[in-house]
Amino acid sequence: MKLDIILSGVGGQGILSISTIIGAAAVKKGLFLKQAEVHGMSQRGGEVQSHLRISDKPIYADLIPKGKANLIISVEPMESLRYLPFLRKDGWLITNTKPFVNISNYPPIEEILNDVKKVPQHIIIEADKIAKEMGSAQVMNIVMLGAASEFMTIEIEDLKDAIKKVFGSKGDKVVEMNLLAFEKGKEYSLEHKK
Amino acid sequence: MEKLLLLGDEAFAQGAIDAGVSGAYGYPGTPSTEIIMYFQKNKEAIEKDIHRVWSCNEKTAMETALGMSYAGKRAIVTMKHVGVNVAADGFVNSALTGANGGLIVAVGDDPSMHSSQCEQDSRFYAKFSLLPLLEPSNQQEAYDMAFYGFELSEKFELPVMVRFPTRLAHSRAGIERREKRLEFNKISLPEDKTRFVLLPLIARKRYKLLLEKQEALVEVSENSPYNVYTDGKDKSMGIIACGLTYNYLMENYPDGCPYPVLKISQYPLPKKHIQKMFSECESVLVLEEGQPLVEEQLRGFLDNGKLIKGRMDGTLPRDGELNPDHVGKALGLKIEEGMNIPNSIVPRPPAFCLGCPHSDSFNALKVIIEKYGKGHVFSDIGCYTMGVLPPYNAIDTCVCMGAAITLAKGAADAGLFPSIAVIGDSTFSHSGMTGLLDCVNENTNMVIIILDNETTAMTGGQNSSGLGKLEAICESMGVNPEHIRVCTPLKKNHDELVKIYKEEIDYQGISVIIPRRECVQTMTRRNKNLLNTKSSEGNTTAETGGK
Repeated sequence: MKLDIILSGVGGQGILSISTIIGAAAVKKGLFLKQAEVHGMSQRGGEVQSHLRISDKPIYADLIPKGKANLIISVEPMESLRYLPFLRKDGWLITNTKPFVNISNYPPIEEILNDVKKVPQHIIIEADKIAKEMGSAQVMNIVMLGAASEFMTIEIEDLKDAIKKVFGSKGDKVVEMNLLAFEKGKEYSLEHKK
Repeated sequence: MEKLLLLGDEAFAQGAIDAGVSGAYGYPGTPSTEIIMYFQKNKEAIEKDIHRVWSCNEKTAMETALGMSYAGKRAIVTMKHVGVNVAADGFVNSALTGANGGLIVAVGDDPSMHSSQCEQDSRFYAKFSLLPLLEPSNQQEAYDMAFYGFELSEKFELPVMVRFPTRLAHSRAGIERREKRLEFNKISLPEDKTRFVLLPLIARKRYKLLLEKQEALVEVSENSPYNVYTDGKDKSMGIIACGLTYNYLMENYPDGCPYPVLKISQYPLPKKHIQKMFSECESVLVLEEGQPLVEEQLRGFLDNGKLIKGRMDGTLPRDGELNPDHVGKALGLKIEEGMNIPNSIVPRPPAFCLGCPHSDSFNALKVIIEKYGKGHVFSDIGCYTMGVLPPYNAIDTCVCMGAAITLAKGAADAGLFPSIAVIGDSTFSHSGMTGLLDCVNENTNMVIIILDNETTAMTGGQNSSGLGKLEAICESMGVNPEHIRVCTPLKKNHDELVKIYKEEIDYQGISVIIPRRECVQTMTRRNKNLLNTKSSEGNTTAETGGK
């Protein structure tokens, strides 16, 4: 078993909460894991990515080689495309639709989404909208995780257990909300993957 | 036991806690910051009351750690690579005094300058100070090397440097802790009562002793569990893989490398292993993160020996961090190419957070720049360095910590008017204060703007050692209290800020302006923590420091 994931977004969007949950699920299963993060200057509203590698055998490099990522999970549409050189030919790109506009030359969103659609296997999900409809904008990341879960070689139940563990200290309501967000994301991918 | 999922930085911190460290000193700097942060939030470190407070700068941190070592206790000191320049006086001379309690200098190197102004390689410091250096290749080694480093340090009575490149410092992996943990050392002073007194006649003896130790240090390297020679069938090439690069090599050979490989994680270099590789292999490929320290030594000045490949002959890039693809290419392997980045994508550089006080301070400064033109604003290291980017285009220099004030002084001495220094509160207390004293002593005609967001923001909101003391510091150094002006950088105060800037520029002499408003990041975190601590007793108080 080998799973290489690139997580991407803009500094401050909290992409690490997604990898924390995947990581907790992997460690509980006794799998090997490496997760390279971005700290420092880029966290201030710049482009950020995290390389997450999971395997049943020891992992050497903290960085994923080009063309080897099984998945790109992006909480921001333009950022999803920045790491395409890392995606395998049969890999999936899963991106949120809501642009994070903190630069003056942000390209038209239609152009971005057209480029996403050129990737053979992709899921475009309105994660922010789904989260808001649920009444909690904060669970957008977990909607994304749910959407990506369909393409991971990790048991759904293990991911759910990890959600319970990570959010456990915040009370049952928060856990329930995040589990629901996970389900919504997962359902969306089930419907939209070809 | 379930493994702990830790960053390389954190793994080392946990290792130091388990290996009986009594004090952790340092100044925040990417990628080293998370070492001390781990001490500040770790339950055991808090319960054991391990000393864990940020120092004013790397020099004070280095020397305090050396003092703890003098008293017989184990200490670590952490900093980023450029911080070693600040600590260098103490560091280089600590090789002569030697350590008493185990002393580890943990340094975060930043090849590719993800969050730095240069990519200097700390291994050079260890080499020219004649001190041993450890370079973990993974997170487990980072943990284990805390034990090993203290043992080495106490055995040889020398400080030991441990080097963490960004990709190790900021990457997580599962760590197995040791069951056998060490207690604190008791206070015990050095047997040789003069060795910490580097008077020339003592220092000469100490230097000879340091030189004498070198042979034994090489021998320890040759027998180190961290320097491993693995033979390979194909002797057309031998590969030396230093630290992290071993992973990039093996990533390309998941089923084993056909060439002989020497994995190096301890310096001085293991001579016997290298001799063996040179005698058995037709050529040698050197993989190292950072500058070509090993490669340069092996080539020698004339470079007329065995065929050596590496960063200096173009086999690998001369600058920047390495990755599995660079190494694969150097090995002549086929590299996968994913899809191209579409043309529609534009870069997204870092920027001020929404509501950042710096943006208001710079908006006011723009009015001044419009009047006098570009070339008058000397700035420094911190979030506010982003003031160079549009829409502000407000700063003209950023060289090293504290240099805003001293560069502005030099320019003012040359006759530049106005001469304006823009420096953050933490950077000011790090190394701006001495520059201010120079200005006061000559009553230099310039303005110092201390952007006080009440934290060390860029590295994630560590305590700023001058917090609440800035006016008192400036006044006690001799700045006329009438020309120490405090204001609140908010949009509604724009005109007031501009007025203050103008008045102080027109004043003949040294003045200090302190726009003060809390960083929005720390403010958000503080409010969150307040909510959390109400419901449970967590580690949240640790973020404000130890004892």
